[in-house]
Amino acid sequence: MSADAGSRFVIDDPSALVSALLDDGWRVLGPRLRDDAIVYDEITGPGDLPRGLIDDQEGGHYRLRAGREASWFDYVVGPQSWKKWLFPARQKLWSAEKTGDGFDINPAADDWPKTVFFGVRACEIAAIEVQDRVFDNGDFADPGYRQRRAATLIVAVQCARSAATCFCASMNTGPHADSGFDIALTELADEAAFLVECGSARGAAILDRLEMRVPEEGHLRAAEAASKNAADSQTRRMVDDIPNLLREKLDHPHWEVVADACLSCANCTLVCPTCFCSDVEDVNDLTGDHTERWRTWDSCFTADFSYVHGGSVRRSTKSRYRQWLTHKLSTWHDQFGSSGCVGCGRCIAWCPVGIDITAEAAAFATDPEQSGD
Amino acid sequence: MLVVQDQEPDPMLPRRYRVRSTWAELAGVTSVELTPVDGAAVAFRPGQFNMLYAFGVGEIAISISGDPAEPQRLIHTTRSVGAVSAALTKLCEGDMLGVRGPFGSAWPVAAETGRHIVFVAGGLGLAPLRPAIYHVLEHRERYAGMTLVYGARSPDELLYAEEIKTWKSRFDTEIEVTVDHANPAWTGRVGVVTSCLDRALAGIDPAMVSAFLCGPEIMMRFSVMSLADAGVPPDRVWISMERNMKCAIGFCGHCQFGPDFVCRDGPVFRHDHVAPLLSMKEI
Ligand SMILES: Cc1cc2nc3c(=O)[nH]c(=O)nc-3n(C[C@H](O)[C@H](O)[C@H](O)COP(=O)(O)OP(=O)(O)OC[C@H]3O[C@@H](n4cnc5c(N)ncnc54)[C@H](O)[C@@H]3O)c2cc1C
Ligand code: SF4
Ligand code: SF4
Ligand code: FES
Repeated sequence: MSADAGSRFVIDDPSALVSALLDDGWRVLGPRLRDDAIVYDEITGPGDLPRGLIDDQEGGHYRLRAGREASWFDYVVGPQSWKKWLFPARQKLWSAEKTGDGFDINPAADDWPKTVFFGVRACEIAAIEVQDRVFDNGDFADPGYRQRRAATLIVAVQCARSAATCFCASMNTGPHADSGFDIALTELADEAAFLVECGSARGAAILDRLEMRVPEEGHLRAAEAASKNAADSQTRRMVDDIPNLLREKLDHPHWEVVADACLSCANCTLVCPTCFCSDVEDVNDLTGDHTERWRTWDSCFTADFSYVHGGSVRRSTKSRYRQWLTHKLSTWHDQFGSSGCVGCGRCIAWCPVGIDITAEAAAFATDPEQSGD
Repeated sequence: MLVVQDQEPDPMLPRRYRVRSTWAELAGVTSVELTPVDGAAVAFRPGQFNMLYAFGVGEIAISISGDPAEPQRLIHTTRSVGAVSAALTKLCEGDMLGVRGPFGSAWPVAAETGRHIVFVAGGLGLAPLRPAIYHVLEHRERYAGMTLVYGARSPDELLYAEEIKTWKSRFDTEIEVTVDHANPAWTGRVGVVTSCLDRALAGIDPAMVSAFLCGPEIMMRFSVMSLADAGVPPDRVWISMERNMKCAIGFCGHCQFGPDFVCRDGPVFRHDHVAPLLSMKEI
């Protein structure tokens, strides 16, 4: 059976697809169970995929438990995102060697084999597309990021349920991914089958190697129902018109209220799939003849982040939380033409004190008294 | 699908330059003239900056303080305040350093022909303004007038003092220099920049003024108020801003000021564009 972008098929389970990718020499990165959480790491065979698990998530809470037996993808997003692969937490930019009359600079080699991201959710595709615009901003492009991105195939999984922390439906980033993937899978639990959507010629070339069936009406309906179930079960949502609203609320007293709870720990920025801030670090060897420049993740919640000689610009937790929230939800639109939040809910679950971005945004929307500056 | 070119230049990779000469400006402030080791000199616009890299120490943002008409003479003026700036001020003739840039927005001085250009500088803020001053001096006939109001903490802190004298000796410029604290040898004005600015503006048609400001934020705030009080149109005032910078290309996020990246959208901003946020703390 020959695949085209847009065509749909049915398979029994994803095992054959994982095996076909591995046989074809792809490095497959996908969900693995580690330290009681779903993380994204290398997969050596279909047996590595965690099964029968479901995640309970709430403000400051993430726990995996046994779900429907043998289910493949009932859990949703965990503490990691694909950002850790495309935009590594620590990355060598270049090195320099002292010479007789100065120094030589050598760009860092970037070893990125042809790679598959397996099990990418709709909100995560949206997040990757957000970072695409960050690292190719019209004036400057990060060649390493672009090369990794171009050499990466995306196998999406359409969510059939949501965690209590998910609010992608209100961000228009999910739960169903319409584009941005090479292949998409929908688990049809009752049919013990998967609907396969082909999203690109690259995806088609792989699907052509699989045994697939033509979907029946029932398969298509079940897939639609799965996505609808995921959307309908979302209990959190982002308030409307938040980009404009926040612009008017920079002086609002509620910032102090959040600041009282916020630990300024930076967890939210580290788990966020779109946060892109980084620091640079120079690492020297003992002789002082060899030096390396590294780029590391950074966060607007740290004191040094806004340091200029004489002190930090944002000294208070209030000002740092304000930077984070207004950047995510408001100024990101000015900078990149979209929200910086895709509604994945990670910052809610992984906040040690359970601060909820949707609730904080709503607090600014519902206060009729204070209009701030 | 992203298209990747074969040999995409990496904007994080410095080019190597060599120090052609270096001279002390003030205590702790040094200027360097640089020539490229890899490739040709790069044109720049007044107000732009480079990221200067000292081997094994780090990289910081430093404005270009030379003449844009002579890009082959790349000049930077640095005050030693920390590890990287100290290393840059200790460079000797023949030493190598890394350069990325030029980055950022520019003083729109070439677009403001026909106007009376007012430069307001505080302390080392004269360095990023000097390329624009050179431009106006070289094309003085294109402008209705040129005024420089410059303030420093003390006479010892006046940057480019000898050069300012040559600017002053021209009959087609108005140069006002003031210090906060005089010493016995000082015969010039004492007082803050704003009082000097008020005096300088008194004889000028405010509608004709285009003003360029660089210095401590507090100095710029009060100077903008003086300009507004004098009747200078709000859309004819530009300031240069400073924020922590790690990349200069919009990637690291450090320099954000509301919706703007100071490295890309600035450092030179039209004042009315940033005024609402400038009036708030800790943005
Ligand atoms: C656009 C722009 C133009 C500048 N032009 C000049 C100039 O012409 N001459 C000059 O002497 N200085 C200039 N500065 C300030 C200069 O960048 C800082 O003095 C320098 O970064 C201090 O670094 P340090 O490591 O020596 O000091 P530290 O105080 O130890 O700083 C540590 C780090 O914090 C950051 N940092 C600290 N202060 C600043 C600052 N003011 N601006 C940005 N990052 C900072 C840097 O990453 C620095 O490496 C400019 C700054 C900007 C943003
Ligand atoms: S929210 Fe903070 S860490 Fe995240 S991208 Fe914005 S400034 Fe950077
Ligand atoms: S801000 Fe929170 S919910 Fe939004 S994308 Fe980042 S981690 Fe997910
Ligand atoms: S300096 Fe990195 S974004 Fe502006």
